[in-house]
Amino acid sequence: MTLETLLQVAAGGLLMGLIYALVAAGLSLIFGLMDVVNFAHGELMMLAMYAVFVIWDATGLDPLWQLPVVAGLLFLTGMAIYRGLIARALSVPFNRGMVQIFVTFGLAIFIRGAAQFVWGGEFRAVNHTWLSDRSLNLGGVFLPLPQLAASAVCLAAFAGLLAISRTEFGRALEATREDRDAVALIGIDRDRIFAMGWGLGAGAVGIAGVMLAGFYYVGPNVGASFALIAYVTVALGGFGSMAGALVAGVLIGEVEAFTAVVLEPSLKQIGVFAVYLLVLMFRPRGLFGKL
Amino acid sequence: MDNFILARRRRELMVAGALLVVAVVVPRFIADVTTLNVIILSLLFAGLAQAWNILGGYCGQISLGHALYFGIGAYVSTLLYVHAGLPPSAGIFLGGVVGGIAALLVGWPCFRLSGHYYAIATVVVGEIGYLLFLNWDYVGGATGVYIPIAKPSLLNLQFGKDKLPYLYLVLAFAAATWIAAWLIEGSRWGYAWRAVKDDVVAARSLGVNIFSSKMAAAAISGFFTGLGGAIYGLYVGYIDPDSVMAGHFSILIALPAVLGGVGTLWGPILGAALLIPVKELSSSYLGGSGRGVDLMLYGAMIVVVALAQPQGLVLLFRRRAHGPA
Repeated sequence: MTLETLLQVAAGGLLMGLIYALVAAGLSLIFGLMDVVNFAHGELMMLAMYAVFVIWDATGLDPLWQLPVVAGLLFLTGMAIYRGLIARALSVPFNRGMVQIFVTFGLAIFIRGAAQFVWGGEFRAVNHTWLSDRSLNLGGVFLPLPQLAASAVCLAAFAGLLAISRTEFGRALEATREDRDAVALIGIDRDRIFAMGWGLGAGAVGIAGVMLAGFYYVGPNVGASFALIAYVTVALGGFGSMAGALVAGVLIGEVEAFTAVVLEPSLKQIGVFAVYLLVLMFRPRGLFGKL
Repeated sequence: MDNFILARRRRELMVAGALLVVAVVVPRFIADVTTLNVIILSLLFAGLAQAWNILGGYCGQISLGHALYFGIGAYVSTLLYVHAGLPPSAGIFLGGVVGGIAALLVGWPCFRLSGHYYAIATVVVGEIGYLLFLNWDYVGGATGVYIPIAKPSLLNLQFGKDKLPYLYLVLAFAAATWIAAWLIEGSRWGYAWRAVKDDVVAARSLGVNIFSSKMAAAAISGFFTGLGGAIYGLYVGYIDPDSVMAGHFSILIALPAVLGGVGTLWGPILGAALLIPVKELSSSYLGGSGRGVDLMLYGAMIVVVALAQPQGLVLLFRRRAHGPA
């Protein structure tokens, strides 16, 4: 392998890894806040991608301009899911852990069915965007602009999540995470914080979905494979850790890219899973999880 | 053991015996192939969910990777038949044994993990198995393996177009898993496992070996799941990674137990009796056009049952039997 190919593969891994990181960040945020693993996370990303397709198809508006609109829509969707389902799932008297797994899982199947109902099973693609078919040449390493823009936006979204954590709301979020019962005593509305957490988590995966739609096909099952990677990312980084999601996302992107070259593309996820299991042998709560 | 528990266990055995008689007699009067098919699949998943329940319900280890043992059972039995000529009547048990060994191999590293970390690790292990089988030419890769059609016989466990023998085969399977769970409930193991599920620290302080409890539960659960997978392979006559090892099988195996009631004897049966017919009938009547209505119905049902009956459907019966709690 020449140095140029090496750099090319590494760059591809980094660009994809940053997207994985943002998808995982939304999942990790919700988990850290209330111990809920959202098994419909990939389906939220799929909804964002369809939203981009529908708006683009109807108006021709470039995905980049749609970013605030679709992220906002996903934020509201996340809040609605919390109010409609998750709040109920958290208040059941028995088997709370299992109920939340299967409520979000059932929701995932429902959303997938609904997408198939509305848009059919075939793949769609958002072609001819402002960025498509353009790439940046960095000394022989080609970086396709849609991917580059996607990872830049994902990094910015990460910075945004960190900035939020420093605001008054962020501190309330942190306090709720520390002790969900005690916060009521100091006048924090736990339910509102949880709903906002779901909004932010869904918004984050929505942003990733919008950028992904610029260069990836859209179909009812597109969320499933990304969601699996996201669970692995979150577990590898440590549940609830934002830094962990970022590091693990990039690591997974790189491992995937190199496995695809060294072994073969159809085995690229095996490398990811093997690294994940190996790390968990030594750090059962992930790289950044509290031991 | 006090008398109350003994009396309850005897009553459970009698109810199971009565149900068995009904399940043997009633299908003799059903001629419709679709109905028989739904009954066969319901019984199969009742058994599989019971197998899952032994690890997930009694021992509290939420595995979302049971498709691996299911698929391994199907592959072992099928390949031994195709390549070595071993009759499936023996092959299905070897499929179960290898399924149990696989569960031990998965459990050995994974039981160090707890909660969500364990659940996600099982998803990943299942996915690795799926990808390996998909890329492994000896086992047929993505093309899969056909089970050669033989003369109908008990030795080959092939019965041609006749569905009734298959129905009795899966009925025997479901009954065996139920008996296993019933025996476990009353045994020292059963108490130890439930202690592991409820409170690991307390269980350890009472001298329960946590790791070997989980491993024993995994081996039994993996054995029955592999056995079920081998029987399923025979029934459908063709296996490939998508039809026996895909991740959604893991959920389908766990779901009846969860909806019916985890860690209960009747939960997996009740759950399968509701879930599988709804799933099968909705996909054959609504799914044909590829419009996704069947998935919406299926998903909505999971959400509604999980929220409305968090302890499972068995509670509906328990309330009636003992009055309001």
